[in-house]
Amino acid sequence: MSSEQRALIDARLAETVREERGRLVASLVRVLGDWEVAEELVQEALVTALETWPRDGLPRNPGAWLLTTARHRAIDRLRRDARYRERLGIIGEELRSMSSSWAETGGVLAQDDRLRLIFTCCHPALSREAQVALTLRTVAGLETPAVARAFLVPEATVAQRIVRAKRKIHDAGIPYRVPEAAELPARLEQVLAVLYLVFNEGYLASAGEAAERRDLAQDAAWLASLLVRLMPDEPEAIGLLALMRLHLARADSRFAADGSLVLLPDQDRGTWDRAAIAEAHALLERGLRMGRVGPYQLQAAIVACHATSPSYARTDWQEVVALYDRLLQLTPTPVVALNRALAVAELRGPAEALAALDPLASRLADYHLYHAARGLLLRRLGRVEEARATERRALSLTANPAERRLLEERLTAP
Amino acid sequence: MKYMVLIAGPEDPPGSTSPERSAAYDRILRWWEEQSSSGKVIEGYELQPSLTATTVRRDEAGNVTVTDGPFVEAKEMVGGYAILDVADLDEAIALVSDWPSSATLEIRPLVRQD
Repeated sequence: MSSEQRALIDARLAETVREERGRLVASLVRVLGDWEVAEELVQEALVTALETWPRDGLPRNPGAWLLTTARHRAIDRLRRDARYRERLGIIGEELRSMSSSWAETGGVLAQDDRLRLIFTCCHPALSREAQVALTLRTVAGLETPAVARAFLVPEATVAQRIVRAKRKIHDAGIPYRVPEAAELPARLEQVLAVLYLVFNEGYLASAGEAAERRDLAQDAAWLASLLVRLMPDEPEAIGLLALMRLHLARADSRFAADGSLVLLPDQDRGTWDRAAIAEAHALLERGLRMGRVGPYQLQAAIVACHATSPSYARTDWQEVVALYDRLLQLTPTPVVALNRALAVAELRGPAEALAALDPLASRLADYHLYHAARGLLLRRLGRVEEARATERRALSLTANPAERRLLEERLTAP
Repeated sequence: MKYMVLIAGPEDPPGSTSPERSAAYDRILRWWEEQSSSGKVIEGYELQPSLTATTVRRDEAGNVTVTDGPFVEAKEMVGGYAILDVADLDEAIALVSDWPSSATLEIRPLVRQD
């Protein structure tokens, strides 16, 4: 086999793993009621695929091939396991109907159980760390070591979080289902928060960090797009996906060649992916037309203002401040108020922005970006000594190398 | 599935009575009656205040010490419990979310005896 064929099979396998692995696991969890067994069966089928495909070539429908393989293994295994003996007939029938519906629809499972899987992974009875690890491992199919490297924690810690979470799902009776209408808004908020946390971990990682860490932003965007496919009428899910895509379309301009951070006013807008921005903007418009605005749609709308502006100077600050006002009403957090103040500085000048920051002083005393923002405003007002003092405070509060470099440059500037 | 709910909250000072307190008490009694008649709460009691608590500690050697007071001193004290019989954790959460008074409620699945 040529190396090109080999590369094609590897790429196809990776694609299949991401799309079909979660789908298969989701359905097998439903049928078997056992996360551990479901994941092992899919893993075994993937290992078999890795051995067989490079030798025999790619099957016409890789997803159906994996399902059939997993099904044969499942039946073998269930026959040997006393726990399943009574239910073997029913389970075997369900597995067979999964396979045949797959074949009939040309590779699409009639029932996509991944929404159940997502909501169960992000159940509020699990810790946020467990929600994140379980979602990445089970829905996105990341290997445990990759999750560990991405979150800079030992592999054993991630493995333990996943094991404990699965045990709690089983022992505490967390149901495997999509929440009912009454619970849905609160539960969807949990899912969106998990995906946004994963995205930010990746997006805020600098160029020098592990590839797995930076890939998290892509993984989160893929998970958000999956969520939108499964719940096309949820405007906040659409808002989050648009927000992620608007950020990703401009990701290349955020770091200079030497790895240092480039802030919005200085970014090279020529490197922004205009087509991706237009597409994300259209997506956001579709969400906004549903008439249920929420924090993610508003954040995406703010980022869209920046992404579609020809230059920093020509940004529609009136619109940006208006959007921040609405965001602040929905989520009155000090960090939102801080970002709003920075937009106010562009619209109405640094003095007014500085006055807007004052009430936040006690709540953001340990937040480096509060002090960094104050420093910038003080400099614009010519109060350089005060600016230096507050920038030194900012420097003492962050360990991020790129942010430290930026602050040090400001401090050494005349 | 069966769960135990531990109902905790700040304790009233001894001997305190007020119209608000007795109204809250009435709401709790009504909740209890409703949930019991639906079969979702199969057992439960309000506990006497924590100043009536006695803690018995038994170490590995079998030595027993008896002390006055609950085993954890906290702002929120366990003031009652209920045993639930519901389909799953979501139903248990929905049920205790209706508890008609401010409280902290811990849900723990019972170990199945089968």
